[in-house]
Amino acid sequence: MSTTLLAGPHKDLAAAGQLGRRRKRTDSLMFWLAMAATVVGLLFLLSILVTLFWRGLEAMSLTVFTDVTRPPGSGGGLLNAIVGSLIQTMIGAAIGTPIGLLVGTYLSEYSAGSKLGDAVRFVSDILLSAPSILIGLFIYQLLVLPFGGFSGFAGSMALAVIVIPIVVRTTEDMLTLIPTALREAAVALGAPKWKMIVLVCYPAVRSGLITGALLAVARIAGETAPLLFTSLGNLTWSIDMTKPMGSLPVTIYTYAGSPYADWIALGWTGALLITLGVLAINIIARVVLRQRS
Amino acid sequence: MSSSTASAVSDLAATRGSSASTGDRIFAGLCKGAGIFVLILLGAIIVELFIGGWPAFRTFGLSFVWGANWDPVAEEFGAIVPIYGTIITSILALLLAVPVAFGIAYFLTEISPMPLRRPVGTAVELLAAVPSIIYGMWGFFVIVPLMAQYIQPAVIDSAGELPLIGWLFAGPPFGTGIFTAALILAIMIIPFISATMRDVFQTVPPVFKESAYGLGCTRWEVMWNIVIPYTRKSVVGGIMLGLGRALGETLAVTFVIGNANRIATSLFGPGNTIASLVALEFGEAEAGSLKLSALLALGFILFVLSFIVLAVSRVLLRPRAGQ
Repeated sequence: MSTTLLAGPHKDLAAAGQLGRRRKRTDSLMFWLAMAATVVGLLFLLSILVTLFWRGLEAMSLTVFTDVTRPPGSGGGLLNAIVGSLIQTMIGAAIGTPIGLLVGTYLSEYSAGSKLGDAVRFVSDILLSAPSILIGLFIYQLLVLPFGGFSGFAGSMALAVIVIPIVVRTTEDMLTLIPTALREAAVALGAPKWKMIVLVCYPAVRSGLITGALLAVARIAGETAPLLFTSLGNLTWSIDMTKPMGSLPVTIYTYAGSPYADWIALGWTGALLITLGVLAINIIARVVLRQRS
Repeated sequence: MSSSTASAVSDLAATRGSSASTGDRIFAGLCKGAGIFVLILLGAIIVELFIGGWPAFRTFGLSFVWGANWDPVAEEFGAIVPIYGTIITSILALLLAVPVAFGIAYFLTEISPMPLRRPVGTAVELLAAVPSIIYGMWGFFVIVPLMAQYIQPAVIDSAGELPLIGWLFAGPPFGTGIFTAALILAIMIIPFISATMRDVFQTVPPVFKESAYGLGCTRWEVMWNIVIPYTRKSVVGGIMLGLGRALGETLAVTFVIGNANRIATSLFGPGNTIASLVALEFGEAEAGSLKLSALLALGFILFVLSFIVLAVSRVLLRPRAGQ
């Protein structure tokens, strides 16, 4: 196409008109294809949400939040799964976030031009997209086999490993946005480097750091694969971190794959809860970030 | 650039009194230690998976990779079927996802009116936030019946009789299978690819595009002749990132692929992937058994596959020099 454009002034008006029409046709064809692609993408999201509400509200009741999981045909709720998910997600985030924060700080503040820094950044980015099932297998080998069985603790550790690279990414991105003048001002007042980072840089990008942590929580709250090999799931009430622990995603997996209608219905309710939770955290994270800018 | 100025500023700070420099040493040590911890973490994942898979690698040698048997009773394990399933579903998913993701990125950067850009962009990003188990359930209860009742019978009846390519569409319409898994994977990776594409499209200096518009180019000509050539490497990087995601996706695939350990030639035939096989069979594998070792060995192979793809993606997505 570019060669025809550069072919010099056209004497042949008919040919020029034809070329112009063809270019306009291509343009509008691509316009409509791009519109269609966007509509298709949005339709998928809409279809998922509609299905979740339609099927999920069927079994929604107060019992879901007040009763534990019971055998098929005898009612029950999802209380142990919800509580198990909350505990493991919170502990995973509480362990992973500080480590990720330190790594992100290292990359932004201490590693300029160093080979080690480049390696850490590369490895962290690999971990960010690494299949989560492998992190589950890794923790199984590291913490489940040697320490005598599945546990809520191992589940939390697997989730913490997933949190680290997410927090690293946002921390580094946020810290590099800080204007040099702000750092210079802190140093000119006599602050040592660590005080400059902790008391000036962190507060300056607080909303960004919170966003990173929230996105990490949203990500691990819905993770199923790593928990299958670590906390295993537990259909009775248990908040003992050394025993297998239930979680919403694993319970959904068990219920949705079962042949019992009431379990499947409850599985949809759990799916609705987890999706609403995850999407709400995502939206809150975006609002927090936007308020800053 | 800014980080090097930052470190110059802080080197100045580091030359102050000794109490301050003790605090600095501790904090710098903590940060560096955390960085090294991340390196060790990745190393430990590789080593633990390899150690766990070693009995299987030792027993079957290279034939573990090429073997087609997966027989827990006879304790014979070969990985070629799940490897084939993993690669074929991921590549099919890319073929389906890339045009749609490109269309969305084109819409978001060039076509959409300004007020629509943020809400549509956010909606697409929310699609990426939906947990994979939800995609699995939605796929199993919504897409599979659709495929079984309408799409597959229609395609099998029309295209299944064609010479040369008919075998691609042969077989009964179960609804599940390779194609359905690829479709679900495609929907899951579309937001990742389109978000990367949108971000790299926005790095094209406006003056380039303005010059092209000034010469009378249409929107599409600007996209095809200016934006794409300028961002080609990063676009491929974004696609590889999507491929990396698709390779390791577990639960969404487990629900819809049909879970049969054979190489399906038909797109509608059942199959499995490394991740779905590990997730399904893990519960029946006892600690210390050869089967568990074979599953961990599969995990190691998946790790190598995704590491290569993600590493290539990272190299391609590196920011241009001078930016």
